[in-house]
Amino acid sequence: MAARSVVIVGAGQAGSDTAAALRSHGFDGRVTLVGEEPWLPYQRPPLSKAYQAGTVGQEELELRPASFYADQRIELLRGDRAVKIDRELRTLLLDSGRTLPYDALVLATGARPRALPVPGAQRPGVLALRGLDDAEALRQQLAGAERPLQVVVVGAGFIGLEVAATARELGHHPTVVEALPRVLARAVSPVMSDWLAAEHRRRGTALLLRREVVALHGAGTGDGPVQVVELDGGTRLPADLVVVGIGVLPNVGLAVEAGLNVGDGVLVDEQLRTSDPAIHAVGDCARFPSVHAGRPLRLESVQNASDQARTVAAVICGEPAPYRALPWFWSQQFTLRLQIAGITAGHDEAVTAGDPEQGRFSVFCFRHGRLVGVESVNRPADHGIARRLLAAGPDLTPEEVAAPGFDLKRRTAQPV
Amino acid sequence: MARITYKHPNGTETVLEVPAPNTVMRGAKINNVVGIEAQCGGSAQCGTCHVYIDEACTVSLPEMADDEDEVLYGTASPRRDSSRLSCQLQISDALDGLVVHLPERQS
Repeated sequence: MAARSVVIVGAGQAGSDTAAALRSHGFDGRVTLVGEEPWLPYQRPPLSKAYQAGTVGQEELELRPASFYADQRIELLRGDRAVKIDRELRTLLLDSGRTLPYDALVLATGARPRALPVPGAQRPGVLALRGLDDAEALRQQLAGAERPLQVVVVGAGFIGLEVAATARELGHHPTVVEALPRVLARAVSPVMSDWLAAEHRRRGTALLLRREVVALHGAGTGDGPVQVVELDGGTRLPADLVVVGIGVLPNVGLAVEAGLNVGDGVLVDEQLRTSDPAIHAVGDCARFPSVHAGRPLRLESVQNASDQARTVAAVICGEPAPYRALPWFWSQQFTLRLQIAGITAGHDEAVTAGDPEQGRFSVFCFRHGRLVGVESVNRPADHGIARRLLAAGPDLTPEEVAAPGFDLKRRTAQPV
Repeated sequence: MARITYKHPNGTETVLEVPAPNTVMRGAKINNVVGIEAQCGGSAQCGTCHVYIDEACTVSLPEMADDEDEVLYGTASPRRDSSRLSCQLQISDALDGLVVHLPERQS
């Protein structure tokens, strides 16, 4: 039986897109979108970049205007929180006391920043970056500073490197501390990590690899503002501001309490169903079987949130199709536009094409001779073509990429 | 403000009065027009807001920047001479009467 009432928990990219996609699919029943934050659903990617630089304001972050939700008959409950799922009665209890009945429930609860597990991590001046509140707190520090600040960024993932680049562009002095031997270790090839690290250093960012933060010190005994970051081995870095970007934890509390299967994320099948067929999970909080990685994955990206939203809407509307969209990611650091197509982790051969010295190149990653992903810097054509190739089943060989004069654009240019 | 016509692959069309400041992409998104994805939010990264400008349409459009040209190599539906990224088309009075065709697929 088709669902008549869909409740979506979480009003980020995945939740908001699910609501929109249900209507695009012609779903005519009730759609309720529950979000903890007071804002209209917004885009997160600019928070670490354009929002800090001041080129994008809050209104431009909005995914859709307020009128959209009214026009599409989507009941948007802002500033409310889901507290309990009753699977037997098929109801969701909210913090406000409201109870929402559902035929289909979609968990789009997202993730929260992992806290730095060291003494002093609660001091003022230690920030994480996930939501608009966090971004505004960071913006006030970075853009509002009257002098260049010593900014210590913990973690050289996407958030860490983007914040460091933004801080540098605003005239501050960032130091990035990373426990692993290379930057973006989970996301890109060693070749790309090394190239990016050199670029950050060349532009004035200090980058400390294989180093761990052991304590944050400040004025006063425990609650004074942070002043010093202590690393393993006793190194002490002066800090006006500390930004922690050491990954996220999926928000699985509701699912755990409801007795759903949970691992690192809410476990779902290819149709994004949890262990209860009336409950789905999408976006950052969902762990799904990936045909591209050949294993279960949890992805934190706009592409994944948006494409899973469309898949789950189709499933709820009775047009089930497995989720097999090709993963892709982007990041902007200084003038470097990094784009990744596919999942490059686990590759055993990497071939570079283009011109790394000019800052325009792509790294083609192969596993057992088969293309699994392409990482591009300032080569949007390579990225787009790679996405098409990877989705279709690539026929590109490492030898072909390594041959002199190889140009993906020429090889696969579509007839105009 | 500009009147923009979005023609769907199935022959139907959606006509919208889109106020500035907006782009042709955002005009579609805020009205839930199916066929424009714009996953990157309009930063010319993803090529999922691809449109074909109607051949008979005489509205003059801004020149294509290098970024847009590059991204158009990777669109899911074939690139044609009339291809543009709708996120790069800023709404202004000059765009009034623009007619765009939505491709079969965006991703």
